[in-house]
Amino acid sequence: MAGLNWTLIWEGFLQTMEMVIISTVIAYVIGLPLGIVLSITKKGGLAENRIVNTILGGIVNICRSIPFLIFLVVLIPLTRLIVGTSIGTEATIVPLTFGAVPIIARMVEASLEEVGSGIVEAARALGASKAQVVFLFILPEAVPSLLQGSAINCVTILGYSAMAGFIGGGGLGAIAYQYGFIRYQTDILLVTVVILIIIVWAVQELGLFAARRSRH
Amino acid sequence: MGEEKKTPQSKKVNTDTLYELSHVTKVYGGEPPVKALDDVSLSIRRGEIYGIIGMSGAGKSTLVRTLNRLEDVTDGQVVFEGRNLKDLSEKELRKARQNVGMIFQGFNLLSQKTVDKNIRVALKIAGIPKNEHEEIIERMLSIVGLSDKRHAYPSQLSGGQKQRVAIARALATNPKVLLSDEATSALDPQITAEILELLKKINRELGVTIILITHEMAVVEAICDRVAVIDGGKLVEENTVQELFMSPQSEAAKRMVLPEKPDFLPFDSQGRRCLRLVFDGTEAGEPLIAALAAREGIEVSILAANTKSVGGVGFGQMIVALPPDREQEKAAISYFKTAGIFGEEMKKDGKGAIAWQD
Repeated sequence: MAGLNWTLIWEGFLQTMEMVIISTVIAYVIGLPLGIVLSITKKGGLAENRIVNTILGGIVNICRSIPFLIFLVVLIPLTRLIVGTSIGTEATIVPLTFGAVPIIARMVEASLEEVGSGIVEAARALGASKAQVVFLFILPEAVPSLLQGSAINCVTILGYSAMAGFIGGGGLGAIAYQYGFIRYQTDILLVTVVILIIIVWAVQELGLFAARRSRH
Repeated sequence: MGEEKKTPQSKKVNTDTLYELSHVTKVYGGEPPVKALDDVSLSIRRGEIYGIIGMSGAGKSTLVRTLNRLEDVTDGQVVFEGRNLKDLSEKELRKARQNVGMIFQGFNLLSQKTVDKNIRVALKIAGIPKNEHEEIIERMLSIVGLSDKRHAYPSQLSGGQKQRVAIARALATNPKVLLSDEATSALDPQITAEILELLKKINRELGVTIILITHEMAVVEAICDRVAVIDGGKLVEENTVQELFMSPQSEAAKRMVLPEKPDFLPFDSQGRRCLRLVFDGTEAGEPLIAALAAREGIEVSILAANTKSVGGVGFGQMIVALPPDREQEKAAISYFKTAGIFGEEMKKDGKGAIAWQD
């Protein structure tokens, strides 16, 4: 392994982190409110609204059904519009974000569902407005579950980021594909895979740790 | 709207009406629709402890939720302090709910927040200025006896302590009434007694009207002034607790006052007629059954018996089987009647009782 290009791998690592962190953050900015809306507009929810729920739920379901690789290609025009190019690390953030939003929305929705209806009832009995029920009761109660979900989502986005290599995105996935698969450099393939495993493991542990710390 | 009456804190019960329910009906849609409440009319006075008792599924939980409009009524009206809850806007309703505290069987505390924060959130919702929070929280915790648990999380508390936190939260906004939805049903008898004692204290010292829902006659007997019996969504009986205990009128109430568990049927396998006898504190001292045997030579069998305190008055009750002889039967009944005992005859299947006859 003496001839291994560590600079290349280090850059790939940084690119992967950049892609995953930025798209996870942006995806949460969109996915968290979307998940809340999905949860409260459903039948029997706090702000039941069949039309909103059906439309948003439908969009989320459609987006979730499209394989991420296809999603990458379909979104190229949009990526060009936003970033100016469809190649490279920054360009990958766009499809990654859009691919992650529906997953996060459903995960958030599921976490909020875990909060018992008794909590909502107690909140309403105290005279809480709908916004207060969400922000003072449901969300604080769901924090441990949301943290655990975020670790899972992070790992999913990391997996997606590896696929970005196919359309000219950067990161460890691209390196593994170009050097390891196309050029038969098994050592590079192995190293990148090991690094990816360590990242997944670290994210998962960190998520569980945070969830455990916050759970009372 | 302008005529708000102030209740003197010292007076426990007066005739001032807090809640007036008329013809309250609640139908849940669906196939087939379910009538959870059927034409319920009752009034609850300021300062009293009012019990609503019924078997599970009787509609009592729905009924209590109409009192703070967690449930909308299908028909009829719920008037709270002279205002029909149905007429309130969303904002007015939220304001009104701050006058109506509520506690639950499952406590419904925020498990991720400390005791302090659980109470604070109620103050925040009510828009009480931040600089008053400390003082109110301290006072509430001292009332419920949990001052040392202020920074504990609910998971670190016992069931009884959790319910105390819920009571502190419900009282923090200084409500006029406290609704208790099976608040002691998840607690063991010792803790139940402590929580009921606390509710009694809150009623007495803070002048808070208490409306409690339960399926346990013991809870009603321990603290209620008056009680409504709900069966199949209908109000079947409303009375003072003592009257209900001594001479229950409805089938549902008759089942509930029996001395043993509901699954015990106090009837005699040999087909003898059975009586339910109720003694109040004054008669309990006299050896009635012994005297009956000694003076009249009539021997009755005691099938079940217990004593209890109903609304602060000691009561005893007994299910006795009369001798098979017709003459002796008659003599025994007239003996009990002459002695001034409240009594009724058990039905043959043990499900309730009927007025006794010679």
